[in-house]
Amino acid sequence: MNAIIPSEHKIRFRFVGRGTGITAAVLMIASIMLPWAYTGAALDDVSYWASPSPLQIYFAILAGLLLVLLAVPLVGKERLGKYAKLVAWNSAAKVAAVTSTVMAAVALISIALELGGLINVMIGAWLALGGAVLSIIATRYLPDSPEPRLEDVASPRWLQILAVAVIMAAGLFAAATALGYDDAGSFLTFAAFLAGVILVLKSFGFFDWLSIAGAANNRVLVLSAFAVAFAFPFTQNGSDANMSIASQVLIFAATALGLNIVVGLVGLLDLGYIAFLGAGAFTAAILSESAYSTVNWHPPFIVTVLISGTVAATLGLIIGAPTLRVSGDYLAIVTLAFGEIFRITMINLDGNDGPNLTHGSNGIPAIPDLNFLGFDFGVSHVILGVDIGRFANYYWLMLILLAIIIVVFTNLNHSRIGRGWVAIREDELAAEAMGVNTFLLKLLAFAGGAFLAGLAGAVKAHHDVSVTPDQYIFLESAFLLSAVVLGGMGTVLGVLIGATILKLLPEKLRFFSDYRLLAFGLLMVIMMRFRPEGIIADRRRALEFHDKNEELAEEVEEELITHHAHLNPDPKGFEL
Amino acid sequence: MSSDAVNPAAVAQLPASGVPILDARSVTMQFGGLRAVNDVSLQVHTGEIVGLIGPNGAGKTTFFNCLTGLYKPTSGSVQFVGDQLPPKPRLAVRAGMARTFQNIRLFHNMTAIENVMVGMYVRTQTNALDAVFRLPRHRREERESLERARELLAFVGLTGSGDQLSRNLPYGDQRRLEIARALATEPKLLLLDEPTAGMNPQETRQAEELIFKIRDLGLAVLVIEHDMRFIFNLCDRVVCLVRGEVLVEGPPAVVQNDPRVIEAYIGMPADSSSDDSGQTPSVGGDDNA
Repeated sequence: MNAIIPSEHKIRFRFVGRGTGITAAVLMIASIMLPWAYTGAALDDVSYWASPSPLQIYFAILAGLLLVLLAVPLVGKERLGKYAKLVAWNSAAKVAAVTSTVMAAVALISIALELGGLINVMIGAWLALGGAVLSIIATRYLPDSPEPRLEDVASPRWLQILAVAVIMAAGLFAAATALGYDDAGSFLTFAAFLAGVILVLKSFGFFDWLSIAGAANNRVLVLSAFAVAFAFPFTQNGSDANMSIASQVLIFAATALGLNIVVGLVGLLDLGYIAFLGAGAFTAAILSESAYSTVNWHPPFIVTVLISGTVAATLGLIIGAPTLRVSGDYLAIVTLAFGEIFRITMINLDGNDGPNLTHGSNGIPAIPDLNFLGFDFGVSHVILGVDIGRFANYYWLMLILLAIIIVVFTNLNHSRIGRGWVAIREDELAAEAMGVNTFLLKLLAFAGGAFLAGLAGAVKAHHDVSVTPDQYIFLESAFLLSAVVLGGMGTVLGVLIGATILKLLPEKLRFFSDYRLLAFGLLMVIMMRFRPEGIIADRRRALEFHDKNEELAEEVEEELITHHAHLNPDPKGFEL
Repeated sequence: MSSDAVNPAAVAQLPASGVPILDARSVTMQFGGLRAVNDVSLQVHTGEIVGLIGPNGAGKTTFFNCLTGLYKPTSGSVQFVGDQLPPKPRLAVRAGMARTFQNIRLFHNMTAIENVMVGMYVRTQTNALDAVFRLPRHRREERESLERARELLAFVGLTGSGDQLSRNLPYGDQRRLEIARALATEPKLLLLDEPTAGMNPQETRQAEELIFKIRDLGLAVLVIEHDMRFIFNLCDRVVCLVRGEVLVEGPPAVVQNDPRVIEAYIGMPADSSSDDSGQTPSVGGDDNA
């Protein structure tokens, strides 16, 4: 897009561009004092004069970012010093202009759709969108900035820790706010705002700096992330609807992390993974004190969890031992079939076609809530003056389980076993020739991933109250796989983000549910085209997808060198 | 002659056992109608560098694959350190046989040091539970592996490249990294498949020195190579394979002047090899001995 405007124009008009951009940003900020909609029924009421709603203030924040990015370079290169080069001021301004346009457009469309026509869109919204579009045109005339190198800035430790803490708090606030929006328009507008801020910060070079800061204070980062996640129920004021979504996200994420071992680390494609979650859930349901339980033994939950995991792992071994000898597409087909076999078996274990274990397609309902040492998961507790409801209890339980799973995943990844796994993914034959027991390691990954999914399944059984076979269809396996691929194969953070997106969006965009699969398909295609390594790139994987061209160039170069060496065997004549 | 000068040190270690470390007898490998390797026998002793030469398609790499357990020979036996060689690559590695590949097969998206540490897989015992709970054995082995991997990288001349992704290393360094990875398996016999393919003369000389250094560690080395100057400098004994059969076996000076070998390599001028024979005495070997 930048190529449209010749560079000599950019140099001639850069002051005009900057001036116009600043004017546009001021207009956008001013627009929040004007009404955006005719009545108050859209975007939590944006119909007032001089009384901006939270969403309008978020828009002003994005526009304010644009203003700052455009205005700061005016102080001159001398005063900016090293920050003139280390920060990509102009690129970030361009991103800010584009994302604020997207946000204004989403808001405007939402108002028009929710109130029934463009006639309901008031002057403020038009001014916001107009200003944003103007800012896009204006920033086009700014020269391109070099790649940001903010990570080269040495920063004191307190600043790093502060930044990590602030980001965590912002994340908590964003999650709580996003969950708080009930109508799709507000949620999408807020999502556009979040995406805008994240993209601006990224092009600014902030996340490169933050990842250095985070790596330097790893323990602080992990602990604060856990603390924030732990504090989340306190922001929800006893809202069971939101906590239910949150705990479902955690169950989904825990399962996706198990799958991440198989797909992300070892590189085996498993299309029937949901069966392991189901195996855990059914085991826990059968061993629970439900009146419909088919077994007369009801061990305490801590034992049930381990049995669930073990049952899932055993299934993993049974399916893995014969099939891991095939690879690639064949393994995908076998696992796909396994997922279906599991579901149909659960339907058939109804007393007619087989022993009565699961009550067939009715499944096992009325699974009682957990009770740990008198702490009843089914009732609300008032903690620090906040109502902590049933789903919040399960949320915390899942959080603990997720923490355990993350520790298991990370520790395995950074061990002899994890290196063996990645070696298999990279080149199985070479791994075998270097002494790696590839079959055993693949089996371990299969069984280990299944075990983790089984643990999550045991909690899911109590969380969902009932367990039925139709919860464990192929589509769920596909979503799990999408979460891993979308987030970033082989990473923990990426898979957590991917799982959150894939579970949260459908809950918040219910009006869209008919087109959900279409949207996911489009999302995946777009991701594969522009960022195949996922949202968070694994250090080892990032290169795999992007430097095919460089690789080719290197190969050609090497060939030339080899040729040259053959033609000219005199060492003196060949100095590099 | 020169090999006589170098050998005593190596031979001194031998009499203890007297048996060769690798003893392949009448190995035959048949693919359908094609007999790729036909009745090849080869012995390698500790502290010895043996070269395997032959024109393209002579069956050198196939023979290698038979030795390392990648292929199961159609007939014949491979004895390694006195035992029948297990027919699985990883068991062969456990027994003490390590190899490199003709086309480099590193784990491209792992760092150099991780590549070497994968080589140690077979000599470490950490299991899943040790790793998950970070038990003492895991911590100790991680620490030792890391240290040993650094030593090995330094040994092959890759100090400071440990944290680079192996795909980003220069070509010659990738070859050396492959050797370091093979050494990490603590082999008794190292099999190198064209270790200098694609290298410039300077890199080739460094590779030569490295192989002498490895031999001086007390390892036996079996090298496949096309570069004649390299192989005749390096080896104590050379075997020439043609069409799957042993054509000539003997000291470099003998093999290199054998008219049948010269004939097998059509296009290799006879006089160029006799030029080399003057300087055949392994320079690197004398330096390192």
